[in-house]
Amino acid sequence: MRELSGHGESSGLDEVAGGSWISNWLDSRTGYRALVRSALYERVPGGARWRYVWGSTLVFAFMTQVITGLVLWASYSASAQTAWESVYYIQYEMTGGWLLRGLHHVMAQAMVVLLALHVMQVVIDGAYRAPREVNFWLGLVLMMLVLGMALTGYLLPWDQKGYWATRVATNLAGLVPLVGPSIQQLVVGGPDYGHHTLTRFFALHAGFLPATLVIFLVLHLTLFRKHGLHAKQPITKPDAMFWPDQVLKDAVAMLAVMAVVLGVILMPALRAILAGEPIVPGHLGAELGAPADPSEPYAAARPEWYFLFLFQFLKVFEGWGATGEFLGAIVVPGATLGIMFLMPIFGQWKLGHRFNIVFTIAILAGAGLLTAMALHEDYYALWADRSAFADVEELIESTGGDEDKIFAALGHDKEKLDVFTNRREKLEAIRRSEAFLVAVKQAARDSDRAVELAGRPEKIPPTGALSLVRSDPLSQGPKLFAQHCQSCHAHIDPSAENAEEVFAKSSAANLFEFGGESWVRGLLDPKRVGGAAYFGNTAHKEGDMVSFVCEDFTDEDEWKQDDKEAVIFTLVAESGLLQGTGRKGTGRKKVIKRGQELIANTDRCGSCHPYRDNETELGYAPDLNGWGSEEWLVGIITDPTHQRFYPDTNDRMPRFGVASEGGLQALSNKQIKLVSQWLRGSWYRPAVHNQANSDRDHL
Amino acid sequence: MTEQLSEDSAEQETRRRSFLAGVVAVLCGGLATLPPVVAAVWSFLDPLQRSSGAATFLPLTDLTNVPADGQPRQFPVIADRVDAWTGFQAEPIGAVYVKRDEGTDRVEVLSATCPHAGCFVELDNAAGCFRCPCHNSSFTLDGGIVAPSPSPRSMDSLECEVSKAGAVSVKWQNFYTGIEDKVAKK
Ligand code: FES
Repeated sequence: MRELSGHGESSGLDEVAGGSWISNWLDSRTGYRALVRSALYERVPGGARWRYVWGSTLVFAFMTQVITGLVLWASYSASAQTAWESVYYIQYEMTGGWLLRGLHHVMAQAMVVLLALHVMQVVIDGAYRAPREVNFWLGLVLMMLVLGMALTGYLLPWDQKGYWATRVATNLAGLVPLVGPSIQQLVVGGPDYGHHTLTRFFALHAGFLPATLVIFLVLHLTLFRKHGLHAKQPITKPDAMFWPDQVLKDAVAMLAVMAVVLGVILMPALRAILAGEPIVPGHLGAELGAPADPSEPYAAARPEWYFLFLFQFLKVFEGWGATGEFLGAIVVPGATLGIMFLMPIFGQWKLGHRFNIVFTIAILAGAGLLTAMALHEDYYALWADRSAFADVEELIESTGGDEDKIFAALGHDKEKLDVFTNRREKLEAIRRSEAFLVAVKQAARDSDRAVELAGRPEKIPPTGALSLVRSDPLSQGPKLFAQHCQSCHAHIDPSAENAEEVFAKSSAANLFEFGGESWVRGLLDPKRVGGAAYFGNTAHKEGDMVSFVCEDFTDEDEWKQDDKEAVIFTLVAESGLLQGTGRKGTGRKKVIKRGQELIANTDRCGSCHPYRDNETELGYAPDLNGWGSEEWLVGIITDPTHQRFYPDTNDRMPRFGVASEGGLQALSNKQIKLVSQWLRGSWYRPAVHNQANSDRDHL
Repeated sequence: MTEQLSEDSAEQETRRRSFLAGVVAVLCGGLATLPPVVAAVWSFLDPLQRSSGAATFLPLTDLTNVPADGQPRQFPVIADRVDAWTGFQAEPIGAVYVKRDEGTDRVEVLSATCPHAGCFVELDNAAGCFRCPCHNSSFTLDGGIVAPSPSPRSMDSLECEVSKAGAVSVKWQNFYTGIEDKVAKK
C-alpha cells in the first residue's frame, strides 16, 4: 500500500495538494498526506464488490446515530418527570424534532438489520479465519454493544411501551445465577424503577456503551487494515483501489440505506397525502406512547421487533417452570453467543466452516420464524373467523366450562372431545389476539390523549405529564367506570347496535350522556322510563316515578306539550348541559322560568321532589336542585343514601365515598370527581381540533 | 579489571535504578488514578445499599367494597413513595386483586405483578381467570397456576388484615420473578 503512494494512483491527491504552500506546511507538521493515503489507497483484491459494503454501511449508520443522538441529547432530560415531557417536546414542538428522532429511531433498526447482514457475509465468506480471528471477536463485541444500545434506548422516552418492555428485560437479568439480583438492582438504580433507572440507562446509552463501541470500532478497523480485506475467492477480476472504486459502492449503499430509512419515516405522510388528510409532523418518525405509569396495566407491552424473537422464545418453554425461564432467557442466548465466539476455531476445518454457515443461517431463520410466530399470535384475530367457533363458545357457556359436562354433552365421545379441545384452543388464541388488538388501540388512544393534554396552552405542570393524565376525566373516567360502575350501569349510546343487549344485562340505568337532553327525554318517556335503560332492572321499576311518567305525565289535560318541554329543558339547565339544545335568548329564560314553576309545584314534580322553595322535605325523592350537575353527581356517588338522594330506597348502589374508621373509601374524592366530570362530558378539548371528532372519538 | 567491575556495577546500578523508577512510576500513577476509580465504583454501587424498606401494612379498602361473591376485584395500593430526590404523597405504587369467598369474611389478596417477568396480570372476566398479556400465563381466580404456563409459580399472595371496623389492609411486597420460590425483594 505504502509503495503505491508515490505512483500514479495517488497523483490526484498530490496534484490537489502539491501547489499550495499551506498544504505543504501542514503536511510537514502533521504528515496528513500519508494518513489520507493510507486511509484511501487500500488494495482491494479482485476489485470492488457489493458484498463488501456492509461494514461501511454500519459505520455510516453509527455516524448517523452519533450525529442525531448528540443533538437529541441536547434536548433530552433524563428523569421520571421530564423524560417523556422532553421527548414530547422534541417530537411535537421542536422544529425538525420529528425528523431528528425519526432518523435516530429508524436508523437504530436499520443497524440491527445491517449487523445481521454483515455477520452473515463474514461467516459465509469465511472471513473470520486466521489471521482474522481476533477481529471477528471484536466484531461480536461490537454487535453486543449495538444491541445493548438498542435495549437501553427503548426505555428513554419513558412511555408505557418502553417502560413495560424494559421491566421484563431487567427482571430477566435477575435470573443470572448468583449475581443476577445485584446486576438487576445496579441497572435499575435501586429496588424500583425511577429517576435512577433513567439516568443509568441514559448514561449507558449515550456514554459507556458508545465510548466502548468507539474503542472497539477503532481496534476493529485497525485490525481490518492490518490484515487487509478478506477477498471472496476465486478472484476473477484485477485488483482495484479502495478509493474510489469501493468507496463508490459503499457510498451508493449508504444512500440506499438512508433512502429506506427516510422512506419508513415519511411513509405515513405519503399515506395521508393519498387519503387527502392533513400531515401531522409529530406523527412521523418514532412513536411516543402514553407516559409510563407503574400502576396502569399495559397489555400491549411488546419489545422492539428485533427482540420479538427472544420474547417469543420465552413462550416456547411454557410448562418448564423456572428451568424454562432460565434456559430461554440466559442459557440458550448465552450458548449461542458462546458458539459464535468459537466460530473462528471451528472454521479451521472445512466441516467446521460448514457448521458455522449452517449454524448462522439456522439462528437467523429461527429468529425469523419466532418473530413470525409472535406476530401471528398477536394479529391472529385479524384473519381468523371467530364466528366459526360459535358452537364451541356456546357449549362452554352452557356448561360453564366444566370438563365433565362438556364430555357428557359430546356424548362421551373421545374423538369429538379431542376435536373440541383443539378448536377451543384456537378460540382461546383468537380471544387473546383480540384482547391484544384492543390493548393496542387503547394504547394509541391513550398516547394521543396524553399528547393532546401536553399541548394545552397551560403546558405540562412540574409534576409531569403523568399527573395530567391521572387528573384527566377523559383518560380516567372510562377506566374507573369500568371498574366500579359497569357491573350495574350501562354506558352506551341507545342507538348503538348492541345497546339493547347491554341494557338487558345491566341492573341499573344507562348513564350515557346522563343529564343531557336525550337522557332526560328518555326518562320522561312513558315507553322508556320503565325499560332496562332506566328503571326497568331496578327496585324502582314499579316505583312512583315510573307510574308518574306513565300516567300523570301522559295526561294531556294536565301536562301540555309546551309544559313538558319546559320541564325537560329546565332539568337539562339544572345539570348545566344546555349547550347542545340550541335554545338561546329571552325565549330560553322564559321557558326555564316556566319549567322551574312546574317542577317546584307541589301538585306536580314538587309533590315528591324538593326543588327551589317548595318546602318538600328531603328524603322521599332525589333533590332536583342542581340535578345532574357535577356537585350533584359527586354527592350521589359519594353517598346515595344521603338525605338528598335515596335515604330509604337506595337500590344496591354502594357508598363510594364513605369509609369505616381506619378504612379507605372505595373511590377517593378525586376519583369520584373524575367519574362525575367524565359522565357529564366535561374534559379538556383542544381548540383547533375538529370538535365533532374529538368529542366522541374517545367514548 | 576494576574498570570492568565498575562498568558492571554501573550497569547493574542503572538497571536497578530503572527498575525502581518503573516501580515508583507504576505506584505513583496507580495511586493518582485510584481516587477517581474508587469514587466511581463506590457511587456506582450505591443502588445495592438501597432497599424499599421493611414491608408495612397499608390500608387498602373497606370490607364492604369487597362483595362476598368469590369474584376478585382490583385495588390500587396507595402509599407515600420516594424516588431518589422526589417524594410523592399517596401515590399508587402497585395493584392487587382482592377476593372474598361466598358467605365468608375471609379476604384473600393477590399481587397483580406477574411472577413470570413482572408484567401486570389482568382479570379476564369472560374466561373466569387471570391472564398475563405478556407471555400468556394464566392463573385461576385463586391465583393458582394453569399449566402449561411460562410462569414458574402461582400468583403471589400477600398477607392481609381486616380490622374490626372492616378496614382491609395489606402487607405490600415485591418478589423476585422467574423463580419457583417466592422470595421477597428487600
Ligand atoms: S410476564 Fe407475565 S407471562 Fe411473562
